Amino acid sequence: MKIRLRGGRLIDPATGTDTIADLWIDGDRIAAVGRKPAGFGAPARDIDARERVVCPGFIEIGARLREPGAEHKASIASELVAAAAGGFTTVCCTPDTSPVIDTPAVVELINQRARGVRGARVRALGALTHGLGGEVLAEMHALKAIGCVGVTNAGRAIRDTNVLKNALAYASTLGLTVFLDAEDPWLGAQGVMHEGARSTRTGLPGIPGAAELIGLARDLVLVAETGARAHFRTLSCAGSVKYIRDARKAGLAVSADVGIAHLHLTDADVAAHDAACHVRPPLRATRDRDALRRALARGHLDMLSAHHEPHDADAKAAPFAASAPGISGLDSFLPLMLELVDAGAIDLGRAIAACALAPARLLDLDSGTLAVGAVADVTVFDPRHDWTLDATSMRSRGHNSPFFGQRLRGRVTQTLVGGRLVHDLDA
Amino acid sequence: MLNCSGPIPCDSSFAPPEPDSSRNRCRPPAHGAVETLFPDHPDTPPGRGDSLLMHTDIQLDERGQLRHFLSVEQLPRELLVAILDNAERFTVVGERAVKKVPLARGKTVVNLFFEPSTRTRTTFELAAKRLSADVMNLNIEASATRKGESLADTLRTLEAMNTDMFVVRHQDSGAPEFIARQVAPDVSVINAGDGRHAHPTQAMLDMFTIRRHKPAFDTLCVAIVGDIAHSRVARSEIHALKILGVPEVRVVGPKTLLPVGLEALGVSVHHDLDEGIAGADVIIMLRLQQERMQSALLPSGHEYFHTYGLTPARLRRAARDAIVMHPGPINRGVEIDSAVADGSQSVILQQVTHGIAVRMAVMSMVLGSHAPGP
Repeated sequence: MKIRLRGGRLIDPATGTDTIADLWIDGDRIAAVGRKPAGFGAPARDIDARERVVCPGFIEIGARLREPGAEHKASIASELVAAAAGGFTTVCCTPDTSPVIDTPAVVELINQRARGVRGARVRALGALTHGLGGEVLAEMHALKAIGCVGVTNAGRAIRDTNVLKNALAYASTLGLTVFLDAEDPWLGAQGVMHEGARSTRTGLPGIPGAAELIGLARDLVLVAETGARAHFRTLSCAGSVKYIRDARKAGLAVSADVGIAHLHLTDADVAAHDAACHVRPPLRATRDRDALRRALARGHLDMLSAHHEPHDADAKAAPFAASAPGISGLDSFLPLMLELVDAGAIDLGRAIAACALAPARLLDLDSGTLAVGAVADVTVFDPRHDWTLDATSMRSRGHNSPFFGQRLRGRVTQTLVGGRLVHDLDA
Repeated sequence: MLNCSGPIPCDSSFAPPEPDSSRNRCRPPAHGAVETLFPDHPDTPPGRGDSLLMHTDIQLDERGQLRHFLSVEQLPRELLVAILDNAERFTVVGERAVKKVPLARGKTVVNLFFEPSTRTRTTFELAAKRLSADVMNLNIEASATRKGESLADTLRTLEAMNTDMFVVRHQDSGAPEFIARQVAPDVSVINAGDGRHAHPTQAMLDMFTIRRHKPAFDTLCVAIVGDIAHSRVARSEIHALKILGVPEVRVVGPKTLLPVGLEALGVSVHHDLDEGIAGADVIIMLRLQQERMQSALLPSGHEYFHTYGLTPARLRRAARDAIVMHPGPINRGVEIDSAVADGSQSVILQQVTHGIAVRMAVMSMVLGSHAPGP
């Protein structure tokens, strides 16, 4: 289908574009920016994007979609629709499902469930070890062949350093990116919130920042040793930024992201034992949050993630420590990102690069840009649209958000996946 | 006059170092960077609603009366004094031949204990009975939750029995507050100890005991000794002492038993027992749990007694008229020498007696009753 997005503010970090222009889409590709290309004819669809921002679609690099195995929380279909409504065109799902994504059959099942869904695309992350057990390597070649964009142990610690070293070396042999969660399995093993004066106050077992730093340091040494390409998921500590920068300076193929909630909330929000703020890694101190904001703005951290973990109501209807960790992040992602932009914490172009261009490059996707010839994964949003995040507006099945019930500003109006309009707020 | 050596914090008020929510820190301004390319609209920017986190509100009703008793933290000083004053009147009831007042007649109190307890549960039961309430004891650790029932479901079931008050002990920090947010508006919750978070009635009975011996809180030096890290009693005591205006509160213990950031609670931290109790008017010894005596936290109970056990010789470093307290049950020869526990300066058994009066005071206040005149 031929589509014109008319008169929007086009922001494309890949080409350094920030201008008001038309965007022309032909089939699944971007045909032109600005003037109508020769022979385009009349667009079948003419979308008014005036007073809106048109940018490459967001890419979520590690969502828990809960299917297969926990369909009472969410399903692939429900979350891919929610993702599209939140401006995401691709969602990577983590392998900690039941069964675990450690065989091609589970990837096929996921792809099959996603087929026919009017929403974002799904790309699976395969397991790094068999059953995520941390002992035997997963069949990574088979997982890569079926389309996994990376491998990860999805937060299940690999305690045996030798196993991790071999897993990194094997993944590196196959050219697979390894997604790592940096956390020492011993420090803060019983912990549920950031260890500090506030955990002392709340009486909740703490997870010290040292747990992340030690995990990160160990993993980086092994990444250097094996030459693996590694991505660190949702870092939470100020101190982690320096480790990543130093690793990069030393020439390691390392990237990292930060979760959007971690750029807004701190351990102060856990003060009243609010289970909605129970998340892993934990919300840390104000200085950590501020350092992560700066690191993202300066590019020392590459990516911004929704860190989407939907839950059913019962999972959160418990005392803090007994509640399940995780925040449903797709719906509120854009307004929270814009809030950072409005507060002057990050430039809009840089923010879009962090959630579209950078993950596209990490995953070797031919999207993440509005350049002519790129896959037409495009998000259109109204930066001034005021709305309330509530049971009616939330598309994710998981309503577990600390921002639930709050007024938000900025909303995705259209999302195109491969030139197909999968979300249209104007319709 | 202060009997203490060492620095006295100039600000004894209990101000948190930062606001209790960061959620509103990032309000969008009226004219944001996103909007620079577009003409501005006259409409007002959206304001984030107030934070969902209303920690103290839930404890007090609109008149500032105690509706639930979950934590001492951030309660007004007058309210703590009122609890102590009411408890003073209730001690008289306990000394009478007929130890009952009809203040809570017809009310149903459920002792909801998810953790084992003897003295706390018994004194709560006695307190409720002396107020003429009907009392039901439920030891949940042995029943419903073992069958996989969720806390929320257990609660709904019990509420369907028209309970007026839950007295809750739970292993998870914040569980009583979680319950308080679930119950009907006319149902009250009293925290009888949650995780490592709070044990407010224990703290208040300790304050009551201290006041009976040392009425001038604003001249006291109090040392809390032992396993602060795992102690809800210590946390609540620190809050209560600071609110009541005690100028010097010290915590004493090895680094493995002291949680990080204790100084933020307005206490001074000591690792040497002799130094920590020097000149103190009140020494509160904490129980060392059996499973922590030989672990990665401590090498042995024997070594602990050698370093942190309170002996008559060490007690002489405190003020001459110092009192020794312990929330019980005590480990003789681990944290405290029998000669001290049973000695003339020990008020450990008085604490138990006072527990009943203090719990009667709290229950009657929460039930909206009035304590009998003096």
